[in-house]
Amino acid sequence: MKKIIRLLTVMLLLLSVLAGCNKPNGEEEKGTVATDGSTSMSKVIGALGEAFELETGITVTYNATGSGAGIAAVLEGRCDIGLASRGLKQEEKDKGLVGTVLAYDGIAIIVNPENPINDLDLETIAKIYTGEITNWKEVGGDDAEIVVIGREAGSGTRDGFEDITKTKDKCLYRQELTSTGDVITTVGSNSAAIGYASLASVKESVKALTVGGVKASEENIKNGSYVVQRPFVLVTKKDVKLSESAQKFFDYMTSEKVRDIISGTGVVPAN
Amino acid sequence: MKKNKIFEDIVHGIFLLLGLITVGCVVIITVYLIISGLPAIKEIGLVNFLFGKKWASTAADPKFGILPFILTSIYGTAGAIIIGVPIGFFTAVYLSKIANSKVRAVMESAVNLLAGIPSVVYGLVGMLVLVPAIRKIFKVPDGASLLAAIIVLAIMILPNIIKVSITSLDAVPIEYEDASYALGASPIETFFKVSVPSAKSGIAAAVVLGVGRAIGEAMAVMMVAGNVANMPSLFQSVRFLTTAVASEMAYSSPGSLQRNALFSIALVLYMFIMLINAALNFFLKRDKEK
Repeated sequence: MKKIIRLLTVMLLLLSVLAGCNKPNGEEEKGTVATDGSTSMSKVIGALGEAFELETGITVTYNATGSGAGIAAVLEGRCDIGLASRGLKQEEKDKGLVGTVLAYDGIAIIVNPENPINDLDLETIAKIYTGEITNWKEVGGDDAEIVVIGREAGSGTRDGFEDITKTKDKCLYRQELTSTGDVITTVGSNSAAIGYASLASVKESVKALTVGGVKASEENIKNGSYVVQRPFVLVTKKDVKLSESAQKFFDYMTSEKVRDIISGTGVVPAN
Repeated sequence: MKKNKIFEDIVHGIFLLLGLITVGCVVIITVYLIISGLPAIKEIGLVNFLFGKKWASTAADPKFGILPFILTSIYGTAGAIIIGVPIGFFTAVYLSKIANSKVRAVMESAVNLLAGIPSVVYGLVGMLVLVPAIRKIFKVPDGASLLAAIIVLAIMILPNIIKVSITSLDAVPIEYEDASYALGASPIETFFKVSVPSAKSGIAAAVVLGVGRAIGEAMAVMMVAGNVANMPSLFQSVRFLTTAVASEMAYSSPGSLQRNALFSIALVLYMFIMLINAALNFFLKRDKEK
């Protein structure tokens, strides 16, 4: 008999643990906002979420899954606000999604610090990525085959880059890596490599090129002279009202008072 | 007595329920994969899908041919087996039959440790050490290649091969070996003509397990193989079945043909794994029947 009771207690405990996981997310759980999406937006959302929590006590969770997954999460109601590092596609808008631009992110063209090249224009970059130029000496560098590093199909950064350079579907990559960090590491360890990554994540281990003589800086992105840039978009559903706390966070992010926080993360605020 | 019976029944019921969780998971995954994998195959066409040589999932005119992935997975796994099996097999023979107990204890714990290293660590070390090394040694512009993936996979499958082989070599009855010695055979002759043949089903199972691990690995391979959908070649950047799914899943939009095609790739991979499991069962069963 004792054994049975003990067993039942254990079962009960187990069940209560399971029940804990089952807590309804979203509406009923006041005080949290779930965001989901672009890995490139982790810095800016992290900073905004932290400041917002300090101010209001509402927790912001962020799930770094990628733009496509974030958009899917909004569509399926698994999060409050989706994050995409690209503009919404028409088919996504048709499903009732709305995009609000939060900031602009410059895409830096990076090479190994050992590479003597400092400047390329957009056309040359496009030629390198499409395989028309295959050796660094053709653009005034060392005699070495250019190793073209890019991101995987569907990545917001790749989408943005190929859009801007008009090289959609034409890029001949030597490597397609799945994160910004991987691109930076790879370019940092191969003297003949060229890659692209969001300006905010560029580190000392690589050198950001000037494009057409314009430095990839915040100022130049803001005034539009640096051409390799893309939007950071907040994705919501058109006909579904946000929960109170999510609406608060949304208003907070798009308000003018957070400009400093956004620019502090290396991107250029849109509002 | 009756109370005991009820208690037994309850416990049996609970255990059955817990056992069914595993079965349920397998069934759910299988059904889910088939349901979500078939639409894309239907849309693309089985032959075009399996034997198409071009993969361009996000292009304006998308192509969904996964032959490069299938061949890469097969070549990569075969390469890992060619490198990993001899090393693993001889290590197992040495540890089981020749090494003294101290050496064995140290080497076995090293093998166990190797088995416990997360695949992302293999990938990281491969990316930072192996890839640049291949670039320098073979004078190729970039080291991220099929060769790098093969080397990483070969190291990753070593512990599986060694551990399972040791277990089956240890299980060879000592009388067999004693008889061989009594007939005047040397230790090496005994090991390779008596012990190894007696343990061959177990060793075959070890190899099959290694194949299973190699074909299913995604993370480590993704970090060293370069991930471009080329037809496999030793110094080219390549994409495996696993990495094809993993690298595009995050960004594919739901319900699109790209997402569905990724599920189809997963289904193909799943078929491979099932074949491997069937082979494994075959070897293990033969072992038992003997």
